[in-house]
Amino acid sequence: MDTAHLRVFRGEPNEPGRYEEFDVPVEEGMVVLDALHWVQGHAAPDLAVRWNCKAAKCGSCSAEVDGRPRLTCKTRLSDFDLDQPITVEPMRAFPLIRDLVTDVSWNYAVNATIEPFKPPDDVPQSEWRWQQEDIERVQEYRKCIECFLCQDVCHVLRNHETERPFMGPRFLVRAAGLEMHPLDQADRREYLKDAGGIGYCNITKCCTEVCPEHIKITDNAIIPLKERVADEFYDPIQIVWRTLRGRRPGSAAGAELPVLPTGPGGTSDGGSS
Amino acid sequence: MPPVTNLETHSHDVVVIGAGGAGLRAAIEAKAAGLSVGLVCKSLLGKAHTVMAEGGVAAALGNVADADSWQVHFRDTMAGGKYLNNARMAQLHAMEAPARVNELERWGAVFDRTPDGRILQRPFGGHSHARLAHVGDRTGLEMIRTLQDRAVAAGIDVYMEATITRLITGRAGATAAFGYWRATGSPILFRAKAIVLATGGIGKAYEVTSNSWEYSGDGHALAYEAGAELIDMEFVQFHPTGMVWPPGVRGLLVTEAVRGEGGILRNKDGERFMWKYLPDERRGEYAATDEEATRWVTALSEGRRTDARRPPELSTRDNVARAIYTEVKEGRGTPHGGVYLDISYLPPEHVRRKLPSMYEQFKELADVDITKGPMEVGPTTHYVMGGIRVEPDSGATTVPGLFAAGECAGGMHGANRLGGNSLSDLLVFGARAGAGATSHAINQPSGEAGFPHVDPVNVREATRELAAPLERVSGDDPYAIQRDLQATMQSLVGIFRVQADLDEALTQLAALRERGQRVQVAGGRSFNPGWDLAFELRNLITVSEAIARSARQRTESRGAHSRLDHPETDDARWGGLNSVVARAEDGTMAVSTSSLPTVPDELRALLGTAH
Amino acid sequence: MTTIRTPWKPPGTARTGLFATNRRDRWWIAPGVQGILFTTLAGYLFFSGIVWTPLFGTAYEVDGYLSPLFSPLIAPGWLPAFISPGLLILWIPLGFRATCYYYRKAYYRFYFADPPGCAVGEPTIHKRYAMESRLPFILQNFHRFFLYLAFVPLFFLWVDAVGSLFPEGRVRLGLGSVIFFVNVVLLMGFSMSCNSLRHLAGGRLDCFSCTRRERAQHSVWQRLTALNRHHMAWAWVSFISVSLADVYVRLLALGVITDPAIRF
Repeated sequence: MDTAHLRVFRGEPNEPGRYEEFDVPVEEGMVVLDALHWVQGHAAPDLAVRWNCKAAKCGSCSAEVDGRPRLTCKTRLSDFDLDQPITVEPMRAFPLIRDLVTDVSWNYAVNATIEPFKPPDDVPQSEWRWQQEDIERVQEYRKCIECFLCQDVCHVLRNHETERPFMGPRFLVRAAGLEMHPLDQADRREYLKDAGGIGYCNITKCCTEVCPEHIKITDNAIIPLKERVADEFYDPIQIVWRTLRGRRPGSAAGAELPVLPTGPGGTSDGGSS
Repeated sequence: MPPVTNLETHSHDVVVIGAGGAGLRAAIEAKAAGLSVGLVCKSLLGKAHTVMAEGGVAAALGNVADADSWQVHFRDTMAGGKYLNNARMAQLHAMEAPARVNELERWGAVFDRTPDGRILQRPFGGHSHARLAHVGDRTGLEMIRTLQDRAVAAGIDVYMEATITRLITGRAGATAAFGYWRATGSPILFRAKAIVLATGGIGKAYEVTSNSWEYSGDGHALAYEAGAELIDMEFVQFHPTGMVWPPGVRGLLVTEAVRGEGGILRNKDGERFMWKYLPDERRGEYAATDEEATRWVTALSEGRRTDARRPPELSTRDNVARAIYTEVKEGRGTPHGGVYLDISYLPPEHVRRKLPSMYEQFKELADVDITKGPMEVGPTTHYVMGGIRVEPDSGATTVPGLFAAGECAGGMHGANRLGGNSLSDLLVFGARAGAGATSHAINQPSGEAGFPHVDPVNVREATRELAAPLERVSGDDPYAIQRDLQATMQSLVGIFRVQADLDEALTQLAALRERGQRVQVAGGRSFNPGWDLAFELRNLITVSEAIARSARQRTESRGAHSRLDHPETDDARWGGLNSVVARAEDGTMAVSTSSLPTVPDELRALLGTAH
Repeated sequence: MTTIRTPWKPPGTARTGLFATNRRDRWWIAPGVQGILFTTLAGYLFFSGIVWTPLFGTAYEVDGYLSPLFSPLIAPGWLPAFISPGLLILWIPLGFRATCYYYRKAYYRFYFADPPGCAVGEPTIHKRYAMESRLPFILQNFHRFFLYLAFVPLFFLWVDAVGSLFPEGRVRLGLGSVIFFVNVVLLMGFSMSCNSLRHLAGGRLDCFSCTRRERAQHSVWQRLTALNRHHMAWAWVSFISVSLADVYVRLLALGVITDPAIRF
């Protein structure tokens, strides 16, 4: 049977970490998380690993494998050269709790600052209608499993001090899902520009590279949001146009409500009639 | 005010334990009533097992099938549960599920759409009509994210990665929950006027399971220890389709939506074996020929209505699981010990759109492209129908101040749960338990005076118990005990059961409990998974014993409970009887039965002549 | 408007210092190759479009072929000899490319090491990071205006390509015309795959199905989205093609090669 040589980071805050080596017998189809479980069950019972579903659906087991942010439950040992040691370390952008577990609570605090979905007051839900094509963009963002690998790899969060905080790719994705919801009435552009710090993103696409759900974070979420912020704050033509038409800057761009044939048996012509 | 000095103590009107669908929904309900709510979960927020739910949430919205109504949903649920369900719960569930689903949409959930722009619904096993509102095959994720965002925006206090190890009880009933922060290992106490348990299931008692490590029966065991009754514990649902290969993902769920979208089950000889296993009394609901089944699938994928009946693969889960088990046992299984599930005859882009996570899961974990070839699947432990006995309307347990909802509560699903009924269960009874806890809490005096007295002796006892595994200098390794426990349950209390196996299981469980009391854990308090496991083991062993005792008592086969030595459903002896497990005076586990409440005539009329 | 403050992120334990990483793959190949290619091509265009003319004269137009760097040709008499007519045009495509979302990724990575690679350390010199939230890079938000302007030379490049078929009123099918057409198609692809265009044409809408006009915009958006998926590829092939077209015209003008052509 093949053997994988794992170099696993061990340590606690305020002490220099160390790497411990483990030889793990390899079964077919084995992933890094399986190897870590083998280590827990046979060699280091107190190895701290955060995991839940082991099916790439909950986003708990994020770590850095050979320096790359990955979900360990989805990283197969067969992708590695087993003659070389495989280094497993915690997500480096966040404070360490112990071994491979980091304190990601900051992310939850950021999330709480985003204005939630705001449906219209004047349209009863029984009349809400929208088409699959209206929500395909939003559904892509909502695939996010909050593994925070994008936050971990984002160089603004990982390497930099900034004057103001930066919300990070995960929450730009959430904001995009709200802003582009066909019925959402809130306008988060000023928030994105100021509190969220969207200008700190310099679209170097590492978040897209590491996303285990294959969300095109940069192209489909961040850039469209940057463009929406530009509409509001950096486009003199649109600003003049809005002023001339009497719309005050800051009013929600998405305030127009869908108007579709309603009632029982009502169908949209969907462009096909 | 801390009952014990220097102990971190939080006080909330309502404390909810568990932050899956039911826990979040209960917390939102209590918060909306203006109460102070604490939500305690042993993982990060939003990671609960609800994210694993794939197929959809069952609600008779009637967006796809006009003929659907709560009455039909109620009838399907009762028939699926082999009439062992609490009829009042099944009724409330069927009546309120549509409102709960619509509410999710109002809170920002983005369901797939029908051509006329409403919530799309898909067919599922045991449901007479297309009834499952869904988002591709990640409905659970959509649901938990929507509830999570709603809860956070409402200002609920969330205690993440805090494990509860004891409920502190007193004369007033449940008074507090004791546990520890996983990050630091330091103890923490939650005082509450009402406590809601929403801790999910028990799958980790088995070797092959679709459940995550969290599913260790915490709520079942905490409630049992606190004096509540558990019912129907013998009914453990084995999902017919889990992955069987590679070994590391054995048991991982393959959503029923694969069959809902037209997946065909075949054995190694290519035979579509489900035709053989349809129960005679329901055969009329299924297609008679391959051709009719194909017509049904084609109509579905084109969004057309059809008079064709559904394929045999959409039989109830207990039936399909037994069919697959039997095929494999009789030598017609695949090389890895499963059967084939094939959806690759449909257009690849349709499969990828309707089943995106299944496509990814097989491609990345098993090197199988499900648009090109069949999957290999086999039964996997999935869900426990049994749970804490609750009042249907309020979720109140038999312990005052203690409520339960979701998978850890019993009664709703009877002997077998229909797919899609769990997500709606979470929403309907989550909200109801939240409301029940709210009215219990507001009936107490306001402010500090309303909190029941917490007995410091019990708290100190819980603190000692917490430290014990770390302080022992010798003892048993928790991982080894867990492996042995899982082997026992898998081989002796699995899909098919016999008296001798169950007796043997009880003997082995007694030995495991002994070992569990001597468990010794290496390392310190900070995020120590072995230490976590020490408490989960205690809960798992309690729950396993409840399953084995209930299974031994019920000398018939019904729903998910199949006795080889009693293969018939024995309505005369067992119809309308729930198994009940409770702690006896001497601390041992006592098992008995109790009759189902009388079903009101108007509901009985819905069930037809037979019942 | 209430002020919402985002919480500070507590520091993690990432290794600092240029190129500090535990990555074992050759992460530096892609940015390295792109950096060298970009520098070479940009250097060439700068030399050919701006430096060459004042020094060596007007070898940018020959036989009905005008180098794409100089189109539309504006060479009024008052223009001092030390200014190339290319300068009057080139700032538009250069500005368009400099503010392009793809090129930004590329040059932030290889010129600014910001970051040099994913999960790879950066020099500690840029401690206070502001990037596109402050001058000068906040000006990247004006990308859409370079997009609008870029359609002007693009229009003239189509005129040039068609015109190159009819020098002096007769039909000529020359290799130069082929190169011109390929070049203008690739440049068109680059402009049409622009992220800003995708936004302005439909991405800014929240509802795609609500009105007839929005449905039309949605189908445009879908097509632009399909192009946009390959924006990086469009960026590179068009950058190379425009350079090659210029090289071709210059070699013709200098008499190094002749244009293979069928004349009617």
